[in-house]
Amino acid sequence: METYFEMELDGLKQKLLLMASHAETAVNQSLQALIQRDSNLALRVKEDDRVIDQFEVEIDELVIQLLTKAPLASNLRLVTVAMKISQNLERVGDEAAKIAKRARDLAQEPPVKMTIDLPRMARMALDMLKSALDAFVNRDPAAARAIIPRDKEVDALNKQIHEVLARHMVAHPSTIGRCLNWMVACKSLERIADHAKNVAEEVVYLYEAQDIRHTGAKGPGAPAPAPGAERA
Amino acid sequence: MTPGEDKTIPETRRETGDESREPNSSIPPSTLGARPSTVLTAPALTVRRLSVFFGDNQALKNTSLDIAARAVTAIIGPSGCGKSTFLRALNRMHELTPEARVKGEIRLFGEDIYARNVESVTVRRRIGMVFQKSNPFPTMSVVENVTVGLRLNGIHNRKLLAERTELSLRMAALWDEVKDRLHAPAISLSGGQQQRLCIARALAVQPEVLLMDEPASALDPLATAKIEDLILELKKDYTIVIVTHNMQQAARMSDYTAFFYLGELVEFGPTAKIFTSPSQKRTEDYVTGRFG
Repeated sequence: METYFEMELDGLKQKLLLMASHAETAVNQSLQALIQRDSNLALRVKEDDRVIDQFEVEIDELVIQLLTKAPLASNLRLVTVAMKISQNLERVGDEAAKIAKRARDLAQEPPVKMTIDLPRMARMALDMLKSALDAFVNRDPAAARAIIPRDKEVDALNKQIHEVLARHMVAHPSTIGRCLNWMVACKSLERIADHAKNVAEEVVYLYEAQDIRHTGAKGPGAPAPAPGAERA
Repeated sequence: MTPGEDKTIPETRRETGDESREPNSSIPPSTLGARPSTVLTAPALTVRRLSVFFGDNQALKNTSLDIAARAVTAIIGPSGCGKSTFLRALNRMHELTPEARVKGEIRLFGEDIYARNVESVTVRRRIGMVFQKSNPFPTMSVVENVTVGLRLNGIHNRKLLAERTELSLRMAALWDEVKDRLHAPAISLSGGQQQRLCIARALAVQPEVLLMDEPASALDPLATAKIEDLILELKKDYTIVIVTHNMQQAARMSDYTAFFYLGELVEFGPTAKIFTSPSQKRTEDYVTGRFG
């Protein structure tokens, strides 16, 4: 039979998942607004960010109350990890709001004629976020570990797009303002992937009680990398 | 019983008079307990300017607070702070101590439990108590322990007693563990089971309030967890006041917490607030383990 404390922990998980779904929706809508040049949708994303912020405040409050009840072992890890995941999700919401802001600016001006693989980057970042949250729900640390190296792919793609945009700005100085907006949107996607990676690392800590941050460890028992290796 | 028929209550037990109903303006500003804190639900017990004396020693000073109905109120504080005295005054248990006397007012759903026409036995039936150390009657079986209060109240109908036994044991989350050994000696049960048996015994007379004096302090973590979950289940139907030395237990179980120190109510409020941002320095120092 589930104890009252376990029920409270379930309530915390549910709240976190609800927050995650808001954050995912915000990212999806901000990208839709960017690609379809939809200012109204972009504005809605910015307004909805307040909901995600409120979730962070409520989850923090719940976590503090649960900590007064002295959770131990996996319960203690869940409570502390929930706080960190919610902080990452709140920042995902902020990045979505930044993309939405750039979408609104870009929608006011003519489109830039160039080819950048932003949809692929968006898919990768969103997929990392979704997979990290699935790993949390499915208690699957192996799936969480598999997410971590994908962050490097997103970083590489961001760098590639950055170079394309830089070249375009040199060739077409009149598009500098618009290209900078695209650059900022790409950087936000890259940050969303970073947050997804952070969530994945917390999921590994939650289910394996192993802190793999700053170690580069990819599998259970993997050796720590050379000093100086950092979390992106 | 009509007013004036006071045959059982010693004159010394209560010094309350009109002065106990004076408006708050006469309260010394230093006496925090004189101003009752607001509770979110309607109070089951209202305590006003309660003082308890043992001879010349004042163990509880001018305490006022409301105990919310169908909620758990935790009483915390270092040893000797007056928390057990406060709990015992709530069902007139202190009257068993010859030198004890009470000043002030306690009302149970508006009724003065210290009124001259109210018998202490009646009060204790409506406000039951569970003690720190489980105390089943050692010569009685499980079922006899549960029904003893009913039988003392003149109920001998077997069907009713059997029904009330099962109900009380189910409410105490003990039925499944003892249903096949109802006639075994109560002391053959484990410590945790004996404590839940005492809770079942208290529930059998269908009280409105349950007072618990450190009910889990002598139990192992699993038995403690069972008691804690039981208390959270019982609060759906009962008003519960619990004395505990365990801060985390108070945080896990209670909706409101009262902190007593040197016989004074220092702070009273929602448990979440008391344990995360107490407004009094003495509360902060106590809950963080700096004294007590």
